[in-house]
Amino acid sequence: MRALEVSDSSRPRPSRSQRIAESLRHPPPGAKAVLIATVSTITVLTVAAFVAVNSPGWERVQSTFFDFEVFSQRFPQILHAFRVNIQIFLISQVLVLVGGLLLAVMRGLSSPVFFPFRAAATIYIDIFRGVPSILIIFLLGFGVPALRIPGTTTEPFFWAVVALTLIWSAYVAEVYRAGIESVHPSQNAAARSLGLSATQSMRYVVLPQAVRRVIPPLLNDSIGLLKDTALVSFIGAVEIFRRAQIIVAAEFDFTPYLIVSFIFLALTIPMSRFVDWLVARDRNRQMAGAR
Amino acid sequence: MTPRSHGASGRRLGSEALRIEGLHKAFGELEVLKGIDLSIAEHEVVCLIGASGSGKSTLLRCINLLEPIDAGRVIVAGEEITARGVKIDVIRRRIGIVFQAYNLFPHMSVIDNVTLAPRKVLKVGKEEARSQAAGLLRRFGLEEKAEQYPDRLSGGQQQRVAIVRALAMQPDLLLLDEITSALDPELVAEVLEVIRELAESGMTMVIATHEMGFAGDIADRICFLEQGQILEDGPPSQVFGDPREARTREFLQRVIESGRMGGQAAKHLNIDAPPPRASETRWPGPMGR
Repeated sequence: MRALEVSDSSRPRPSRSQRIAESLRHPPPGAKAVLIATVSTITVLTVAAFVAVNSPGWERVQSTFFDFEVFSQRFPQILHAFRVNIQIFLISQVLVLVGGLLLAVMRGLSSPVFFPFRAAATIYIDIFRGVPSILIIFLLGFGVPALRIPGTTTEPFFWAVVALTLIWSAYVAEVYRAGIESVHPSQNAAARSLGLSATQSMRYVVLPQAVRRVIPPLLNDSIGLLKDTALVSFIGAVEIFRRAQIIVAAEFDFTPYLIVSFIFLALTIPMSRFVDWLVARDRNRQMAGAR
Repeated sequence: MTPRSHGASGRRLGSEALRIEGLHKAFGELEVLKGIDLSIAEHEVVCLIGASGSGKSTLLRCINLLEPIDAGRVIVAGEEITARGVKIDVIRRRIGIVFQAYNLFPHMSVIDNVTLAPRKVLKVGKEEARSQAAGLLRRFGLEEKAEQYPDRLSGGQQQRVAIVRALAMQPDLLLLDEITSALDPELVAEVLEVIRELAESGMTMVIATHEMGFAGDIADRICFLEQGQILEDGPPSQVFGDPREARTREFLQRVIESGRMGGQAAKHLNIDAPPPRASETRWPGPMGR
């Protein structure tokens, strides 16, 4: 419509106010979208804030959850406890990436000889994806030390790492498996026809392509693993959530939970944006490739 | 089969490079190969022709056992590879195959595509493998593409890389599975030219193709496949010029009507061919246009 007006030179040039009025009626598509998004966001936030602030319990919530003094005073202490979460996360993450890959490869073995391995991997994945994480953490963290097998530790940190590794290996195995299955069989055929063994074909041809494709979903699972480190507070590891609970119990102020949330978000939001960026980059590459 | 000392192309033929006996292959209920018998001599070039679905590709994939066979025997240079206990990975080193869709490894540069198998399978040192690969790439006009990734190459270049990758294993036998079918018409010539050169250098080849003119030029023998059987087998002059079977004649007639016949094959034919179209004069063309 605007383009039509420009090309139609026989019409008198519209005045400035007319043009402004026209652009308000028909703003360019991008500007229109931004305008709608802004108005919508402000409206929603205003309504949400209005509902919260005018609720009967707001005063109480404000003083127990949004206590600025507690926030600034306790922040360093809680941040310090986050170190434990990071340690658990990093160690588990490495083990999960390796364990998940082994499970995925085991589950993909097609020869009848390997049936026991394939079945074991399938059952493992079914169990550890199917039971709530907190139960596995309890069972391992309290159950195994209770067996009092000589040489085993009761250290919660250790059992936290074991439990999270077992749980997330199952999830990550399925991600890897999807990646392996997404590599076209003709790639394997090409590798095998060159004389590569099945293992070599997997190692040099299929897996490098599969892993590249599943990096975004793997990062999603990393976010999940990082968040799950808070669960291990229940078996007595003094990590960020346990530290916050201790303060909450002593002072009857819930602000420490808010601090914990902020600290997690400070890591998980950049991770999420990074995943988005990777996905967008892959999509652009594919579109460039399909040119 | 009576031993022949020279093929229709004039190439000197050697001893038996490949023999197939009573090969059967089914995918579920669908019987794709219904008893194939074929013998190919060293340095011989055999072209498999036939409609889509006649079993050409499956036959090639059965020769290096990419597809497990249901019955029959495959014998490569006197050794039965379908026998129990044969290490198929070892056999496949000697049989190269090039696919219609190139199947290059997209996460590797051209030189890595070519050197992967020599390094990992033949345990050739990295430097030696690279210099061998560089020599092959140079021979086929690809030396400037060595460090490029496959998605940066044209279809014709990719297919030439796939041929080089197969040659890097120094195979005794090369199988080509409709290697020009996925190419834009203007890129077909550069690939066919490579095959022509290989034939002249004495490479034993089994070629599934729809390029009848090319087949007529290059092949010592043409095998016409129909519904999983070799219906006719003979030198190009006979198969194209005086087909014994009515089905062969019908097939060739259809090919002519679709405008995909040219060169020697058209000359052999008694059937009136329409005047050649621009697309038929595309070979032999200059390489690396």
